Amino acid sequence: MTALSGFLLSQWYDLRDLGNPVRALIDWINGWGDGTTFHWVGYIVAGLIGAAAIGLFLGIAMLSLIWIERKAVSRIQIRYGPNRTGPFGLLQPVADALKLMQKEALTPLAGDKIVFWLAPVVIFIPTLLVFGVLPFGPKMTAANISVAVLYIVAIGSATPLVIFMAGWSSNNKYSLLGAMRGIAMAISYEIPMVLSLLGVVLFTGHMDLNGIVQWQQKYHVWLIVLQPLAALTYFISASAELNRTPTDIAEAESEIVAGYHTEYSGMKFGLFYAVELGNALAVSGIWATLFFGGWWLFGLDRWIPAWLIFLGKMYILYGALIITRGTLPRLRIDQLLDFAWKFLLPLALVNVLVVALEVTIWQENGISAGIVLPVFAVVNILLSVVLVVGYVQSFGFARRQRPRRARLITDTLAAMPQ
Amino acid sequence: MLGDWGHLGFLILVGIALPGTALVVSVLLGLFKIRPKLPNSVKLATYECGVETEGPSHVQFHVGYYVFALLFVVFDIESIFLYPWAVAYRHEAIYGLVEAVIFIGVLVLGLAYAWKKQALVWR
Repeated sequence: MTALSGFLLSQWYDLRDLGNPVRALIDWINGWGDGTTFHWVGYIVAGLIGAAAIGLFLGIAMLSLIWIERKAVSRIQIRYGPNRTGPFGLLQPVADALKLMQKEALTPLAGDKIVFWLAPVVIFIPTLLVFGVLPFGPKMTAANISVAVLYIVAIGSATPLVIFMAGWSSNNKYSLLGAMRGIAMAISYEIPMVLSLLGVVLFTGHMDLNGIVQWQQKYHVWLIVLQPLAALTYFISASAELNRTPTDIAEAESEIVAGYHTEYSGMKFGLFYAVELGNALAVSGIWATLFFGGWWLFGLDRWIPAWLIFLGKMYILYGALIITRGTLPRLRIDQLLDFAWKFLLPLALVNVLVVALEVTIWQENGISAGIVLPVFAVVNILLSVVLVVGYVQSFGFARRQRPRRARLITDTLAAMPQ
Repeated sequence: MLGDWGHLGFLILVGIALPGTALVVSVLLGLFKIRPKLPNSVKLATYECGVETEGPSHVQFHVGYYVFALLFVVFDIESIFLYPWAVAYRHEAIYGLVEAVIFIGVLVLGLAYAWKKQALVWR
């Protein structure tokens, strides 16, 4: 609590939390006149500052992520990646943006023009709205709402709708197929995602993200230690909705050209590309907030600016997304749906029940957190390992037995497994 | 009062302005002839790997999507019902746990039934 009170007492020039100068500005505006008449000005200014800050941050983050992503994936694939534009190819995002802007943009004659133009614009809104509730610091939330977890789920499920807008308005078979696959994926992975977030809400008793971070600060533990199963299901199911490589059946190049954005060219395609990176960053941000302590880092947040810690965590966790993208091959739609319904959903349900049981044990007996949390951590980690490994073994998700040596068709043992 | 929800309205404005600027710049480049605009009937045709489009493009949905959509509705409503339960859980104690076990148990039965009936198999 000392760290928290340190923050609360801090002055406007305390840039460890950029909320301080903004707060001071709003207080100054609210003091105009007799101290009550100009509150609406303060309200609008606060909203505009928050929105502009997030817009600026997201713009810069998307440009940086284009370079990071391309460079990292090409290093994984033993290529150089962008290295011609500027030192280490650092100017590649700028070159990309310029190229996309001055490319000829075609609108298919058969398409629905209004929806076709609307889709790349509308798809930005859910991404920005998710960033609006992420706590970049103790006071750095653009909109500190009390039902943030539910809100994230609700806003996140708007993206597939926009993908369907794009797919339908293109009036192209590939686009429509890609959009349908995207919807099927999104609705299948929605449920494990919602249930894994439910575990967090149940355990902490908070639905606002800042409250969850402060809970982790209070008990001095990251939630990934206490709820590894929820962290795993959330990571898999949230990253599945991002249309990135292990799960990018909505835009599988080798099957349906480019999926829902087949007909898009020029800057409109660029917007889809950028928003994909933004969504991935949002997922890593939510993951960092819920399971890795957000802006809190074992007391170090007193010395390092909280927003710097959060950004660092966000980018490091984005690395996990890049590694999954670079290493895993694309899965088929039946494999993906099987995985969501037969593997992730039961695991998420078990997690909810286990967490409910633990909360009851904790509450009813009034045991102190210092004793009960390490026990829960050990139990949950062991349980999740046993569940994941046992489930994989017993339900035939295990690796197929392949023949060890090459066999000829005349070989008596040539009967290949399936 | 709107409270912090109003601030999200400003975010929607930025969410329109950010891609809007990019598109407006792109359109302006077109007006100043920096960006080429040379459409012809082949370019504007629906893309289908180089051949002419066969039949209507708004093809029928595969029936498999409907099965998953129905299952989704059931389980999504379940999970939404569980959120108020999770928030009120600390006041309900054992009663809340038993309730949730019954509630989730019924739905697990449903999932098992769907699994048994091969509804989860993509065909």
